[in-house]
Amino acid sequence: MPDKHYKQIVILSGKGGTGKTTVATALSEIAEAKVVIDTDVDAANMHLVFDYYINSEYDYYGGKKAEINSDKCTQCGICESVCRFDAIKEFKVSRTSCEGCGFCFRVCPDDAISFYESKSGVYSECELEDQSKFYYAQLLAGEGNSGKLVSEIKKKAYEQVKENVKWIIIDGPPGIGCPVNASLSGVDFVVIVTEPTQSGLHDLKRLINLLKIFKIPSGVIINKYDINTDMSNSIEKFIRPEGISLLAKIPFDKKFIKAIQNSKSIIEYDHAYIDTFKTIWNDIQKVILN
Amino acid sequence: MVISIASGKGGTGKTTVACGLASVTNNCVYIDCDVEEPNGHILLKPKITLEESSYKIIPKINNDLCNFCNKCTEVCEFNALLNFKTEIYLIDELCHSCGACTYFCPQKAITEVKKENGKIRIGETSDNILFYDAYLKVGEASAAPLIKKVKNAYKGDGPIIIDSPPGTSCSMLEAVKDSDFCILVTESTPFGFNDLKLAINVLRQINIPYGIVINKYDENFSLLDEYIHDNQLNLLLRIPFRMDIAESYSKGELPTETVKDYKVMMLDLLEKIKKEIVKKEYA
Repeated sequence: MPDKHYKQIVILSGKGGTGKTTVATALSEIAEAKVVIDTDVDAANMHLVFDYYINSEYDYYGGKKAEINSDKCTQCGICESVCRFDAIKEFKVSRTSCEGCGFCFRVCPDDAISFYESKSGVYSECELEDQSKFYYAQLLAGEGNSGKLVSEIKKKAYEQVKENVKWIIIDGPPGIGCPVNASLSGVDFVVIVTEPTQSGLHDLKRLINLLKIFKIPSGVIINKYDINTDMSNSIEKFIRPEGISLLAKIPFDKKFIKAIQNSKSIIEYDHAYIDTFKTIWNDIQKVILN
Repeated sequence: MVISIASGKGGTGKTTVACGLASVTNNCVYIDCDVEEPNGHILLKPKITLEESSYKIIPKINNDLCNFCNKCTEVCEFNALLNFKTEIYLIDELCHSCGACTYFCPQKAITEVKKENGKIRIGETSDNILFYDAYLKVGEASAAPLIKKVKNAYKGDGPIIIDSPPGTSCSMLEAVKDSDFCILVTESTPFGFNDLKLAINVLRQINIPYGIVINKYDENFSLLDEYIHDNQLNLLLRIPFRMDIAESYSKGELPTETVKDYKVMMLDLLEKIKKEIVKKEYA
C-alpha cells in the first residue's frame, strides 16, 4: 500500500483540563495544509475558538433503542428479567439506560417491543478561514457509543480529505477509554499535554501504557510547568527512559485563560505566542518525520 | 444521602471539590467513579485494605457443539461475533455483555465466562472516610460496567460522595444516576460554560436536582453568572482562582487541610446541599 499523503496527530492528556484544546487550536492555526477534527464528542470546545462556517450537518445514529407498546404488552415480565442494564421497569424502557442490545425485543413472546434506530448525536463538516476542513460533533445528552461517533466523524474526514493535505490534527477526549481508543486508530503520533500535578503524572502514566498497547509514538508537552517545577522535573524524569521526547514546557500565564474567555486561540490573542507554538510545531514535525 | 460531583469539562476541579466535601462530611463514603483516570486517592491518601479484580461477562463458544448456524452473530447488535464457518470469533472489546447470544444459541454451545476489566480498591482514610475507587484495565474500552460495579460495591447507607468522570455520555450518566443531588463544577471560561450546559441537559433528562460550583472563578467572565441568574439556577459556591489552591493541588494535598478558608467553603457547601435534599424530600 502506498504511504498516505498525510500524517495524523492526536492531542491527548489522560487527565482532563490540562490544555489539550488550547494546544490543539494553536497548532491547528499554525499548521498548513491540514484538516482539523475535534473528537471530544462528549464536550467539544474547539468550535468555540475557531471562526468557521458549516458546510454540512449529519445526524449520527449510534445504535438502537427498545420501546414497549403497552397495547400489545401482557406484562409477563420476561423482558425485564433478561435485561442486564436495568433499563426496564414497570413495563417501560428507560431510554438513557437502554444499551440497544435488542435482547428484550427478540425475547418478547407478544411481539410488543419495537426496536428502532435512534439519533444520538450530530456532527458537522465545516470550513475554517483558510479553507481547511474542520469537523466537530456533539453527542446528545447522556448517550453512549461516543467511540463510534469518533470513528464516524474521522471516517467522514478521511473520505473528504484532499490530495494536498499534509496533516490531520485531532483534538482528543480525556481518559483512556472507548472514545480515546477510537481517536487513536490510524494515528501516527500522539502529543500528550500534561500538567505538573500528582494527578497529571498519574494519568500520564496510564495513557502512556495505553499507547504502548497501540504502539503509537508520542511526545509530551508540560503545560503550566512552573506551577510546580519539582513535579515538572519528575515528569521529565519519568518520560526519558520511556523514550518519549519532551516537546515543550509552557509556563503558567493568565493570558491562556483570557484567550479562551475571549473565544480566541492563544496565538490570536497574544502574538508573542506565535513563535512559541511555531517552534513546538516544528519540533513535532521533526520528531514525526524522523 | 448520595451526592455526586460532575462537570462536563475535565479539569474543572471535580475531584478537589469531591474530596474537600468528603473531608468535612462525617462518616461518609467516597466513591471515585472516574475509573479511566481515578485521582481521589491522591488527595485523600487512604490506606487500601482490599484490592480485587473486577470482571465483565463475555460469551465462550464451544466449537464442538457449534454448528455455525449464525444465530449468535444475528442477535449481536454490536458486531462482536464473527462467523468464520470453522470458528466463531469474539471481539471482546465490542461485547456489551448483554447475554443475548448465549440465550438464543439453539445448540447451547455458548457459556458465559469472566474476563478481567479492571480492579476495585477499598480503603479508609485517617479521618474515617470509607474509600472506594476502581481502575479500568488499560486497553479496555468500556468504563460504564466498572463504574456500576464500584458504585454497587458499597452496600451500606450514610452519606455517599460520588466523584464522576468528565463528559456527558454513558460513563457520566452511570456515575450520577440515582444521586439525590449533583454538584456541577464549572470554571469561568466559555469551555466550562458550554460543557456545563451539556451536563445540565443530562441531569434534567434523568431528573436529578443540581447546583453549581464555579471553580477558578473570574468575575470578568460574566456570561456564566448571567446565565445562572437568568435561568434561576442554583449557584452553590464560587471558589476564586488562587495560586495557593493550584499549588496545593499540584502537590496532591487535600485543600481543606492546607488552604486557608477552603474548609469553611466546603462546610458552607455541605450545609446548602443538605438543605436542598431536605427540600426535595418534602416536595
